[in-house]
Amino acid sequence: MPEQLVARTAQGGEHGAVGLRKIAIVPALNEERSIAAVIAEIRAADPEFDVVVIDDGSTDRTAARAAEEGARVLTLPFNLGIGGAVQTGLQYAREHDFAIAVQVDADGQHDPTQLPQLLAPIVAGEADVVVGSRFLGERNYKAPFVRRVGIRVFAAIISAVVGQPLTDTSSSFRAYGRRAIAYFSRDYPHGFVESVEATVIASRCGLTLKEVPVVMRQRLMGQSSLTLPVSIYYSIKVLVAVFVGIFRRSAYELKEDS
Amino acid sequence: MTLRVSIFAAIAALILLAVVFELMRSRRLQERYALLWLLTGLVVFVLAVWRGLLGWASNTVGIAYPPSALFVLASFFVLMVLLHYSTVISRLSEQNTALAQRLALLEHELEQTRSRD
Repeated sequence: MPEQLVARTAQGGEHGAVGLRKIAIVPALNEERSIAAVIAEIRAADPEFDVVVIDDGSTDRTAARAAEEGARVLTLPFNLGIGGAVQTGLQYAREHDFAIAVQVDADGQHDPTQLPQLLAPIVAGEADVVVGSRFLGERNYKAPFVRRVGIRVFAAIISAVVGQPLTDTSSSFRAYGRRAIAYFSRDYPHGFVESVEATVIASRCGLTLKEVPVVMRQRLMGQSSLTLPVSIYYSIKVLVAVFVGIFRRSAYELKEDS
Repeated sequence: MTLRVSIFAAIAALILLAVVFELMRSRRLQERYALLWLLTGLVVFVLAVWRGLLGWASNTVGIAYPPSALFVLASFFVLMVLLHYSTVISRLSEQNTALAQRLALLEHELEQTRSRD
């Protein structure tokens, strides 16, 4: 049961879902074929969601398609990598005082009909960061064997580092509460495969993590951008980052009023 | 290779590793720029400690005096780091140009919007 994964209880919490301002952050790089569908699905799943698309240096019509669909579009002047794009969205969420932000991939992997499960722990004040795990509950995640093993190995390492059992540290289907938005808008890992580092940072700076089961879909369009040498490079980079992170203090103090 | 050279090289490599680690810990060095330095430190350390491997390697490439091989290798890695920096600087200057251009366009846009009000 995912409920058992709560290690600590988030302070405060957002009581009552009515009137909470929610935003979906959709980082996108050349996703003109899937972006409109993703935005429409988010709206269909929960009309209260604002959608902000972070166009991370696309060379196709991603930004135009997103704007046509009525999303807010932030166009970065050049590619920052997924970490920089997500952080841009979190800064937008902070400046416009959103209570909840969720990260939804632009390739259609994340199913917006599962947003209520993802938001529930934040609305209930049980967690600051909620991660949609592919390995909790109903398992039908189809991925190459090597990828699945890699995810498991990382999960074991990160669980040990943060002292809390986690099953899926690289899932980017995530929800953030106010405290997490405030912290991550200032300190978020750069580059690619940033979600693993973000998990460690969250736990180190005192944010409460919780996993909920989600089922991911096959991507609507395109292939995974990870080739084997690139995967190895990022694995090493993330392991070094996680190791150094253990000895690091938080960059910022979390303030209860932020 | 004398034991003294080995010990000296090993200590130097460890100091390099410690400095890089501390720079990363205090957030003055990002992981992506630290990886080459860490690799440099590790390779020099391994070769300093494992003298058989260094001897074999220098023999293979025809270097009579193994410690020279260590220096050749270390300079090779420093060269790699420098080359890496050249690419990083190129990317940064390109992005800097893009930012300045974007800023100029935005300022112009802002002025137009203001004067219209």
